[in-house]
Amino acid sequence: MADSWHRRTLEHRSALFAALTTAAISIGGMVEIAPMFSMPIDTTGISNYTPLQVAGRDIYVREGCYNCHSQMIRPLRSETLRYGTWSRAEEYAWDRPFQLGSRRIGPDLMRVGGKYPNAWHFEHLRDPRSTSPGSIMPSYHWLIDDKVDPADITASINALRRLGAPYPADLDVAASMHADAQVIVDNLATAKVTVEPDREVIALIAYLQHLGVDGRKKWGDGTTADAAPVGTPAEAP
Amino acid sequence: MDPATSPSSPSPVAGPAITPTSPVNYDDESVKKFIIATLVWGIVGMLVGVWLALELAWWPANLGTPYLSFGRLRPLHTNAVIFAFTGNALFAGIYYSMQRLLKTRMWSDKLSAFHFWGWQAIIVSAAVTLPMGMTEGKEYAELIWPIDLAIAVVWLAFAANFFGTIAIRKVQHLYVAIWFYMSMVITITVLHVVNNLAMPATFTRSYPIYAGMTDALVQWWYGHNAVGFLLTTPILGLMYYFLPKAANKPVYSYRLSIIHFWALVFMYIWAGPHHLLYSALPDWAQTLGMVFSVALIAPSWGGMLNGLLTLRGAWDKLRTDPVLKFFVSGITFYGMSTFEGPMMSIRGVNALSHFTDWTIAHVHAGALGWVGMSIFGMLYYTVPRVWNRPLHSVSMATTHFWLASTGIVLYIVAMWSAGVTQGLMWRALDANGLLQYPNFIDTVTTLNPFYWIRLVGGSMYLVGTILCAWNVFRTATGPSLSSPAGHPAATPHLEA
Repeated sequence: MADSWHRRTLEHRSALFAALTTAAISIGGMVEIAPMFSMPIDTTGISNYTPLQVAGRDIYVREGCYNCHSQMIRPLRSETLRYGTWSRAEEYAWDRPFQLGSRRIGPDLMRVGGKYPNAWHFEHLRDPRSTSPGSIMPSYHWLIDDKVDPADITASINALRRLGAPYPADLDVAASMHADAQVIVDNLATAKVTVEPDREVIALIAYLQHLGVDGRKKWGDGTTADAAPVGTPAEAP
Repeated sequence: MDPATSPSSPSPVAGPAITPTSPVNYDDESVKKFIIATLVWGIVGMLVGVWLALELAWWPANLGTPYLSFGRLRPLHTNAVIFAFTGNALFAGIYYSMQRLLKTRMWSDKLSAFHFWGWQAIIVSAAVTLPMGMTEGKEYAELIWPIDLAIAVVWLAFAANFFGTIAIRKVQHLYVAIWFYMSMVITITVLHVVNNLAMPATFTRSYPIYAGMTDALVQWWYGHNAVGFLLTTPILGLMYYFLPKAANKPVYSYRLSIIHFWALVFMYIWAGPHHLLYSALPDWAQTLGMVFSVALIAPSWGGMLNGLLTLRGAWDKLRTDPVLKFFVSGITFYGMSTFEGPMMSIRGVNALSHFTDWTIAHVHAGALGWVGMSIFGMLYYTVPRVWNRPLHSVSMATTHFWLASTGIVLYIVAMWSAGVTQGLMWRALDANGLLQYPNFIDTVTTLNPFYWIRLVGGSMYLVGTILCAWNVFRTATGPSLSSPAGHPAATPHLEA
């Protein structure tokens, strides 16, 4: 009887029991995760984050934006209509940590890049209700006061480089950040928004404006995939 | 049915018999400390949850400060209720029951103390760092790398104490509760280490060694199995010890416990990809996750049935015994959640439920219902015994039960309604095939009444927990059992 074998053998031998349990819990994870490491990822056209965008992404992670915003457009007609073409694995190639999210208290941000002007983001982060009446998002006014420290971002770039990100060895992080920030600051000035280039809000805007832009260039904006009905996958490109 | 499967009757094939005249000096001081920590952190974690519910219903509750903003505070809530409330409760229940099942004091008092104080230090550091925005940005694994290292050290100390106690046990036979505890100790070690491998950038920031969809898959393998092996298998272990004890009945089926244990621990691990349906994860991985999730109904309901059927002939005790009330309610929510979860893992259902409050309803049916109610059942059983005093007030415990039960129902019905409503609004198309609600904000403002109802339900659950803490405090400081105030539910009879 299997029962009595279980009792006499397994239930009296703790080491064997522990070993079998370890085996039982290892198989599924190995089968599912291991192949991911050998999957080809074609990053052609998907650019790595600039230092200013890295700074913005760090802020995005720090503020826990993923608790309310997803970055994952599903291949469903209702989603591609609202957000643009669906998410591809390649687009996440530079994402550490991934920020797919699990709950849309606010809208998906996968392709928010280029959707609104910089000044809209500035106003929205300062007071979400000024641009989106009825919004329940907190005001992130401290991003306008707090400064990004380029030395801090240099540490981030160095860590990402150690993980394989192709940042040039002679990259001047501070200069790169300042140059990119100045472009956004100048653009904001045309909308009569005055802000220093070293503020966190500039880095976060740089990150948000980059989201999904490369993917949209590579795969289109998704509005052509009109055939599929709601609830079924949209047609392949 | 087999008497050997009841913890109250020694197995006929167990090792050296223990004579009643050789009592083991159990370490119940550690159990008491873990119980107190359970209640303190439980109130903190649930209070933060209630505050978050208020923030969603009324955004000014974010108070304009970074430290209390929703995005920073929500990880504090999830970490507090999972690792502080449930974690300490599991340690209390495991320290109490494994010593008695093995008729052996915990292997090392020093490790027990290190385990307790180390775990509390980790919780305090989490409570400080998360509102400061120090996070790894992975759900339920937000804590920064130095704290992750501390968790690994303290967890391994617990594992050493756990297996050390098993190694010197005076009862050779390992009862089913121990199997479930063991699966937790092993699996959480593997999950925590693999998911948190990261490259430090500064003392408070790091980047995972995995990128993109690989990181997502590793994270949800971790996330789903943290649910499986921290919030499910050890609670089943508690059920297998405390329910037969409280009902004074042997476990319904020994064979069923074997089958559902091995099926559960083998199959749970595969189900993580159901968190990534319709994502850029390869289709085969999504399908595997879906299939195993649906199949998980069988071993999950095996556990539920083995628990409920253990009460055959003892259902009348539910009227009077708060321990059984809470456990039966918990097991019922377990059965409900483990039906709902597999349904939500089916692609077509997930297309509607994913990203909505339906998910929030589901996890709270599991967390408030299965985990919370089982923990309270365990507490009402152990508290009178470790303090050797009758429970201060059975009627207060009964009030707690009804507050918690009603609170859960309000919470999950509100969140189901909110989830389905929002999911349907997102996908609604007009006659021209265009979005009927193109402004996302319309799908947010509609949910406001549901958020207020959720706030009421969650607050009721919190008040119940505060009642429980007060009851435990009065019990611990009240007259001892030698007084005539003792009642049957509090009679210690377990040293036999």
